[in-house]
Amino acid sequence: MSFDLNFIGILIGAIMASSVPLILAASGELITERSGVLNLGVEGMMIIGAISGFALMVITDNLFLAVIGSMISGLIISIIFGVLTQSLLTNHVATGLALTIFGIGMSAMIGKNFVGIPGKEFPLLFVNLKENIPFLGPILFGHSVILYFAFLLPFLTNYFLKKTKIGLIIRAVGDSPTSASNQGINVSLVRYSCILYGGAMCGLAGAYLSLIYTPQWIENMTGGRGWIALALVVFATWSPIKVLIGALIFGGITILQLHMQAVGFRIPVQLLSALPYIMTIIVLVVISRDSRKIKLNTPTSLGQIFYKEK
Amino acid sequence: MIKIEKRNDVSPSIYFLTPILAIFLTLFGGGIIFYALGFNPLEALKFFFITPISDLYGFSELLVKATPLCLIAIGLSFCFKSNNWNIGAEGQLIFGGIVGGGVALLFYGHDGFYVLPIIVLSGAIGGMIFAMIPAVLKTYLNTNEILVSLMLVYVAKLLLDYLVVGPWSNPEGFNFPETRQFSESARMPILFDGLRIHAGIFITLITVFLSWLILYKTYLGFQIKVSGLSLKTAKYAGYKGKTMIIIVFMISGACAGLAGVGEITGPIGQLHRNISPDYGFTAIIVAFLGRLNPVGIIFASLIVALTYLGAETAQIFLQVPKYTGQVFQGMILFFLLGSDYLLFFKIKFLGLKKNEL
Repeated sequence: MSFDLNFIGILIGAIMASSVPLILAASGELITERSGVLNLGVEGMMIIGAISGFALMVITDNLFLAVIGSMISGLIISIIFGVLTQSLLTNHVATGLALTIFGIGMSAMIGKNFVGIPGKEFPLLFVNLKENIPFLGPILFGHSVILYFAFLLPFLTNYFLKKTKIGLIIRAVGDSPTSASNQGINVSLVRYSCILYGGAMCGLAGAYLSLIYTPQWIENMTGGRGWIALALVVFATWSPIKVLIGALIFGGITILQLHMQAVGFRIPVQLLSALPYIMTIIVLVVISRDSRKIKLNTPTSLGQIFYKEK
Repeated sequence: MIKIEKRNDVSPSIYFLTPILAIFLTLFGGGIIFYALGFNPLEALKFFFITPISDLYGFSELLVKATPLCLIAIGLSFCFKSNNWNIGAEGQLIFGGIVGGGVALLFYGHDGFYVLPIIVLSGAIGGMIFAMIPAVLKTYLNTNEILVSLMLVYVAKLLLDYLVVGPWSNPEGFNFPETRQFSESARMPILFDGLRIHAGIFITLITVFLSWLILYKTYLGFQIKVSGLSLKTAKYAGYKGKTMIIIVFMISGACAGLAGVGEITGPIGQLHRNISPDYGFTAIIVAFLGRLNPVGIIFASLIVALTYLGAETAQIFLQVPKYTGQVFQGMILFFLLGSDYLLFFKIKFLGLKKNEL
């Protein structure tokens, strides 16, 4: 019996690991959206983070530099989005799409020389505790430092948005940029900062994939996770804690379908692989059904262009 | 001194000149990227944009690629004009291809003039039905159409994968993930011997003309444009918003489905895993570059098709990955959106006044 329990523990540990990129990217995007900016470039920023993290790891042989570098690259590429939407007042949806297309192309261009190189082992914490404690061991221990950070992040984000002054300012800007501006808040500066923060988190999410989760570089390796992260923000009705829950559900579906494939269920592999995407649609439908509930939580100015007459 | 002023009205000349500015900026940006990769920028750009269309075969390839791009973008323009963000045209293309391909396999070995029209029509219906999923969910269940249409792309890709590996795979195909080659009666007629350009281009041109008629000469087109400009006005005028959303999605899904069926009955001739090099996504750029205008979209599709060909040529001559094309496509859209600033603002270069020195 203790063996079975331990297996369930390992399964939960795997679910947690597969939800990390979603938590990181969705938490970053949540802050961006709370300031009223809809950045659909999550997938592009993630894949740029994935390749730059991996490339830096190969070049410098230093995992710390690789992780920091991936965040900086995510941030740099989000500057493009910031300049376009905030300074040149472009449409958020179209600009985000351009960012994704550009990011996927750019990552493949950079990544050409990194295909087939094996990754490096990422240090995991408390490995001996993981092996010695049944059930709880594989759940709580033996993870990378990024996983612990990811699981802390939604709580930090929640505190930041609700209890700090800057959090309040971000929400004010998202709900009514005009009144915020009249109060003397620099709307454009707040939004720029939130966009850059979102970019850095997406970069980190990408690096988690290429350095820890599947340590190698594969073209298009994010495989739609950026879009699922976007859906998660809606699913969570812009609440950080619900992002965590949602990400765990999607991590669960991913791991479940992988196990069903491994066990050899008589269901086509492709149908199982489609499960996370189909579930995303179903969950979105269920959540969005009540339009009042969505409207109540959506940042009022989400995706709208704000222009201050000088 | 630079002074920025808001324009009161947008002059039509600037509206169609900024796309050209965006293309030049993209060439410049591309040159910088090639330089950074260690190539001679001018030579690399020549390989990218001139070598591919320097002979008749290359020009025919340009039209082969522009045919689906233009068709999908025309469909998308209906959605985008009315503020409906259908970004899953790639999925609608693939689903259209699946339905059309299924019918083509059903008619395997049949001869007759009726075979191809039935296949094409079923492909269009397939794309249309697939596009109705996000439309219906948006109108009746308030679900975000961006995310649903995008998620369905992955679903369509996996469905295609399942079919060509499993039930529809070629019985004599040594387990390759592909169907039989369609019979001759199920193939788009080739227009010139030795070139790949096929009759699908007529479908595209007819669709362009029809969409111009609908957009500029019918009440529906007027409704679409008004809803895009102001949702409140449209509601006030009493337009049935829900019906219109479903109609624009149906139009764009049908166009994407037609593009898919055109590809599999045209240059490909069977179903396999990769029936589209992301035409459905690239067509979004085509639609914007063409200013959501039928004639503009024709030109835009030729330019964007050139980035596909250029990427292939550059892959051979410069050993850069084919994804380079996507970098250029992303840049075009960045620069295009950015240069739209000039539509709404005037930048005045004033001389320095003496008292400011």
